[in-house]
Amino acid sequence: MDTMSSPAVTGAHAPPSAVRRNGEAIGFAIMVAALIVAPFFTYPLFLMQAMCFALFACAFNLLIGYGGLLSFGHALYFGWASYIAAHAAKVWGLTPELAILTGTAAAAILGLLAGSLAIRRQGIYFAMITLALSQMMYFVALRMKFTGGEDGIQAVPRGHLFGLIDLRNDTAMYVVVLVIFLGCFLLIYRIIHSPFGEVLKAIRENEPRAISLGYKTERYKLIAFVLSATLAGVAGSTKAITLQIASLTDVNWPMSGEVVLMTLVGGLGTIFGPVVGAFVILAMQFKLSVVGEWVLVIQGVIFVACVLLFRRGIVGEVAALFKR
Amino acid sequence: MVTIFGIPSAALFGQLLIGLINGSFYALLSLGLAVIFGMLNIINFAHGAQYMLGAVAAFLLLQWTGIGYWPALIVAPLIVGAFGIVIERAFLQWLYKLDHLYGLLLTFGLALIVEGIARNFLGSAGLPYALPDSLRGGQNLGFMFLPNYRAWVIGVSLVICFGTWFAIERTRLGAYLRAATENPTLVRAFGINVPLMITLTYGFGVALAAFAGVMAAPIYNVSPQMGSELIIVVFAVVVIGGMGSILGAILTGFGLGVIEGLTKVFFPEASNTVIFVIMAIVLLVRPAGLFGRRA
Repeated sequence: MDTMSSPAVTGAHAPPSAVRRNGEAIGFAIMVAALIVAPFFTYPLFLMQAMCFALFACAFNLLIGYGGLLSFGHALYFGWASYIAAHAAKVWGLTPELAILTGTAAAAILGLLAGSLAIRRQGIYFAMITLALSQMMYFVALRMKFTGGEDGIQAVPRGHLFGLIDLRNDTAMYVVVLVIFLGCFLLIYRIIHSPFGEVLKAIRENEPRAISLGYKTERYKLIAFVLSATLAGVAGSTKAITLQIASLTDVNWPMSGEVVLMTLVGGLGTIFGPVVGAFVILAMQFKLSVVGEWVLVIQGVIFVACVLLFRRGIVGEVAALFKR
Repeated sequence: MVTIFGIPSAALFGQLLIGLINGSFYALLSLGLAVIFGMLNIINFAHGAQYMLGAVAAFLLLQWTGIGYWPALIVAPLIVGAFGIVIERAFLQWLYKLDHLYGLLLTFGLALIVEGIARNFLGSAGLPYALPDSLRGGQNLGFMFLPNYRAWVIGVSLVICFGTWFAIERTRLGAYLRAATENPTLVRAFGINVPLMITLTYGFGVALAAFAGVMAAPIYNVSPQMGSELIIVVFAVVVIGGMGSILGAILTGFGLGVIEGLTKVFFPEASNTVIFVIMAIVLLVRPAGLFGRRA
C-alpha cells in the first residue's frame, strides 16, 4: 500500500522511552528559553512571523509525520483562516482573540470538507487532491470581494486583547504569539503521544493491518486531517493579526510547497523538526531577499538535496548522532 | 443571429474550440504523467516545468539560431527529453525503492529550480511566439470560423495521443513496458534491460510534455509560470480519470477541456474552478476515478 514505510520517517519515531522523554523536555526548555531571549537580539516581528510559520509546519507535520498523509494544499487552511481572521478584526471589529478563533473555526470547517474528500484516495492521489482543492479555493479567494483580490486585506487592526491589552505594543503582541505557539506545540505533543496518536502511527505503518485490528482508519485519518487544518488555521489567523495583512500569497500553492520544505528541512516526523525548519527557511528568505527570483531556485535545490541526501532533516540527523 | 440556449452560436462554438485546445494539452500532459507513473511509480511534478521548457526551447531556438516552428516541433522535445533522461539518471533512479512521496517532493524541487531560472532570464511577462506562416488564416465552416492553427493542434494531439495508446497497448515494445510495470524483476529475468526502458520512458514522457509546450507557444504567450498553472489542473484531471488507463486519460483530458469551455459560456465565474468541482463530485460518487481500478 501507499503508507509511508520508508526508514526516514519510521525510524524517527521509536517507542517513547525515559531517555527520549528527557531529551524532549530538554529540547523544549531550550526552545522556550531561546524564544524568550531572542527578541533582545533580533527583530521581534521576524520572530513572531517565524513562530506562526513554525506552528503551521508543526500542524502540517502532524499529518505527514505521524499520519503518513502528504497534504500538498495546506495553504488553503492557513490562507483562508488568515483572510477570515483579518476580515473579522477589520470589518466586524472583533477583538483579536475572537478574530483568531473565527479564522480557526473557518479552517476547521474547510479541513472537514476537504479532508472527507481527500481521504477517499491514498498515497500520491491524496497529495494531488489536496493540491487541487487548495487551488480551487485560491481561485475563489481571487474572485470574492471581501478578500480584496490582488491587494489582500491590509492594515488589519491588532486591537485590544480581551478588550484590555493593547497589542499595538510589539512586546505584548510577542507574548501573545509566544503563548499561542507554545500552547499549540504542547497540544500537538499531547496528540502525538495519546492513544489516538499511537493508532495514527499504526495506520501510517500498515493501514490494512490497522483495519484488520478493528480500527476505523478513515475516521482516524479524517480527525487527524481536521486537527492539522485547524492548527494551520490558528497559525494563519495569528499571522494575519500580527503582521496585519492577509493576501493571496498565503493561499497560493507556493505556500503549500513552502510548509512542506520547512518540515522536510527540519525533519519529517520529529517534534522539533518543523520549528527548526521554519526558522531556517524564513531566515534564509530574509537574508536572501536581495537575490530576488533566485530564492525559488535555492528552495528547489534544498528540496532536491533533502530528498537525495538527508531525508531525516536537521533534527532527525542530530537525533541519529546522539543515538550512536 | 443563430442562438443556442440564448447564447450566440458563434460564441458557443468558439468556446468549444478553445475547450478542445485546452483539452488537447490536458490529454497530452495527463497521458505523459500516466506513462511515467506506470513505469517509475513517480508523480512527475516537474511535468509542467518541462512543458514550459518545451515552449521556451522553441522560443530560444527561433531567437538565437533562427530555427522555426516546424524543426522546433522535433528539436525542442528532443532537447528537453534528453534533459529528462539526465534528470532520471542523476536523481530519480535513487528513489524507486522509497515511498512515492519522495519522488513528488524531488520533482517539485526540480520544478522550482527550472521555473526560477526561467524567471531570472526571461522575466515574468509572457513572450510572444509567432504563428508559423503555413498555418495562418482559417476556414469558414458556415456556423463558425476555424483558425487553421487551432485545427492543427487538435488534430496532432489526437494523433499523438492515439499513437501513444497504440504503441503501449498494441505493440511488442508496449507489451514489454506493461509487463515491466506489473513485474520488473520477472521481465529482467527474461533478459530485457528494464532500467534502460525506465530511463527512456521518462525521457519520452518529458518529450511529450515539451511537445505540448511547443504547440502551446503560439497560442498562449511563452512565460515561466505557464507550466505551474497548468500542472495543478492536470493533476485534477488525473484524479478524475485515474492513471490506470491510457485511453481514460485521453478521454478525460479532452472531455474536461470541453466542459471547461462550455462553463466559460454559461457561467464564466466558475470557469477556473469547474474542473476542481468535478473532481470533488467524482471523488464522492466514484472514489477510484472514472477509469481507475480501486487501488
